[in-house]
Amino acid sequence: MFNDLSKFGKYLGQAAKMMVGLPDYETYAAHRRTTHPELPVMTEIEFFRERQEARYGAGRSGGCC
Amino acid sequence: MNIVSKHLIWWFLTAIGVFSLGTVALSRGETINALWIVVAAVSIYLVAYRYYSLYIADKVMQLDPTRATPAVRHNDGLDYVPTNKYILFGHHFAAIAGAGPLVGPVLAAQMGYLPGTLWIIIGVVLAGAVQDFMVLFVSTRRDGRSLGDLVKSELGLVPGIIALFGTFLIMVIILAVLALIVVKALAASPWGTFTVAATIPIAMFMGVYNRFIRPGRVGEISIIGFVLLIASIIVGGQVAQDPTLAPMFTFDAKQLTWMLIVYGFVASVLPVWLLLAPRDYLSTFLKIGTILGLALSIVFVAPNLRMPAVTQFIDGTGPAWSGSLFPFIFITIACGAVSGFHALISSGTTPKLLDNEKNARMIGYGGMLMESFVAVMAMVAASVIDPGIYFAMNSPPAIIGNTVVNAAQVISQWGFVITPEVLIQTAKDVGETSILSRAGGAPTLAVGMAQIFSQVIGGQAMMAFWYHFAILFEALFILTACDAGTRAGRFMLQDLLGTFVPSLRSTRSWPANLIATGLCVAAWGYILYQGVVDPLGGINSLWPLFGISNQMLAGVALMLCTVVLFKMKRQQYAWVTILPTTWLLICTLTAGWEKVFHANPKIGFLALANKFQAALDKGEILAPAKSIEQMKQIVFNNNLDAVLAMFFIFVVVSILFYTIVACLKASREGKPTSSELPYEAIPAGKA
Repeated sequence: MFNDLSKFGKYLGQAAKMMVGLPDYETYAAHRRTTHPELPVMTEIEFFRERQEARYGAGRSGGCC
Repeated sequence: MNIVSKHLIWWFLTAIGVFSLGTVALSRGETINALWIVVAAVSIYLVAYRYYSLYIADKVMQLDPTRATPAVRHNDGLDYVPTNKYILFGHHFAAIAGAGPLVGPVLAAQMGYLPGTLWIIIGVVLAGAVQDFMVLFVSTRRDGRSLGDLVKSELGLVPGIIALFGTFLIMVIILAVLALIVVKALAASPWGTFTVAATIPIAMFMGVYNRFIRPGRVGEISIIGFVLLIASIIVGGQVAQDPTLAPMFTFDAKQLTWMLIVYGFVASVLPVWLLLAPRDYLSTFLKIGTILGLALSIVFVAPNLRMPAVTQFIDGTGPAWSGSLFPFIFITIACGAVSGFHALISSGTTPKLLDNEKNARMIGYGGMLMESFVAVMAMVAASVIDPGIYFAMNSPPAIIGNTVVNAAQVISQWGFVITPEVLIQTAKDVGETSILSRAGGAPTLAVGMAQIFSQVIGGQAMMAFWYHFAILFEALFILTACDAGTRAGRFMLQDLLGTFVPSLRSTRSWPANLIATGLCVAAWGYILYQGVVDPLGGINSLWPLFGISNQMLAGVALMLCTVVLFKMKRQQYAWVTILPTTWLLICTLTAGWEKVFHANPKIGFLALANKFQAALDKGEILAPAKSIEQMKQIVFNNNLDAVLAMFFIFVVVSILFYTIVACLKASREGKPTSSELPYEAIPAGKA
């Protein structure tokens, strides 16, 4: 029950962040570690700033693959 | 038996929907409860979603759950992320919901709640949701490319460039009309002006906090920001009553226009983390929260609709905007039924986040149904207030004069009995000095929302708070749109101008940025200014122009989808897009033509220009102009509006031409010719 609630809360938080264009950091970090272990992973703060710039700024960074 | 029981509940739901809609449509003379509209809308949405969107998904587009989406192919954890469908639904809905679905229905209510409500419900099912869904599908199958790109690759380079120019001009008009709504809402309102102005330092504080103090804590700073916002509403009430402070925040429409223009320029060159991003957080969360709150409140309060189902103004003589039911109701409602702007979102971030094609149905079609529901709620909010108050707020001074006595007399003659005392009392209840001639939709919506919310929390005493809360809610996301739109417009412009002057394209060059930003702000600023000085109140000329261009963009998007269906050799299903396209083209081309050439100066831009020119030739000055200069300006502005409307007609007709050519060519081909990417399966374990 509490497990479900905390899961629901996590989803809600992710949904709220996604509404303002912030994807989940954990997902990003996990993806980088599994698919590009040789490349550096942005810290949570770098990630936040990069996403903010990408949502509103000009210099859209290209994909990684 | 199984088949019957499977469909039984849906038949039942259809019956409820039809019965409710019948009640809404056929009641005459007696007031009906708003819940009838809500129940009718929701049951029709559910049935349409269950059957029609499934038909489009399975037969027309043939969505393939095994096919890899761009998010799966290019997963980078940043731009391309396979996202849970409910989370993506929230993202998509937050991106498409804005001022359009709220303001359009409020303006449409002058013809009564029925015509607008019917178009909101029918339009979304057959046009709006189909467009959002299909564009999402088309873009998803092409790596999430943008609408302009898609038109270029499916129809050709020339139509692509025409569509790009059209989109830029639509953007400019949207920004101008949104800013006009804010100006109309804040003029001579120290409470509103203070509260909205306070959002600037609040957002900057949030920005600094998020950048340096506790980076990335979006949730916590948004809560702090929200508390500060509420505090600013309360303080605003004190400011408005203070004899020395109130005049400092009291501005007329022209002053507010200049402030917005300067704000638009400064805000869009500041770093995004300082103002735009934090304001976006506030406005997004406030928007979603208020929409949910409004839905719950309408169900809880179950208010009666006081506006008649149909008013005498369906003949086109309405005071808020002129023009007959057909075609003007279909362009006034705008985003609640179908919105071309959504095609930009459906071919923007959403397709890059879609985890599986099959979810496009819920996000594209379902998201638009939700948007339509917002429009239904706006219609309810506009119809629960006394029609006398509605018309007092939405008629220009040229018609109802400048005093409550005069206004009450004129409006009562229309059959909406109202006394001067009620008009004064209503203004007092919402904490304003006057509610006369507050066109633009936002103040009317705010009065309606305040009536509904105050019945849930606070009663009569909280009316003024809720009114300014609603104004703040609208102004906040309109300002965010102005800021973000100016940036987006600037990039579009740099891209367009870069074709001719390559040095302007560099977004890292400060002079290039400032020039493009300046041009963009000057463009919408000029149109905003002309709206403010417009003799018929601005909304009358700008809102139809916005509606026409937005619905035309939807027409362009649906034509693109039609071409794609022909190229996929699925032309037997193309009626799904041809049907709404035909209707949108009939409405927008008729409306565009009437706005340019109609003989009535209240409708036709050229007729109004000629009227002022004729007076000018005789050396006369017509109100509201006060000088020869202003007369000349009105003539010029209306000619300019006529040119803009003609340009939109040209855009849509030329795209139609290219569409027909492309469809004929595709139907002669023996095999599919669309440029969709080849099939690639979702890797095992990721489906």
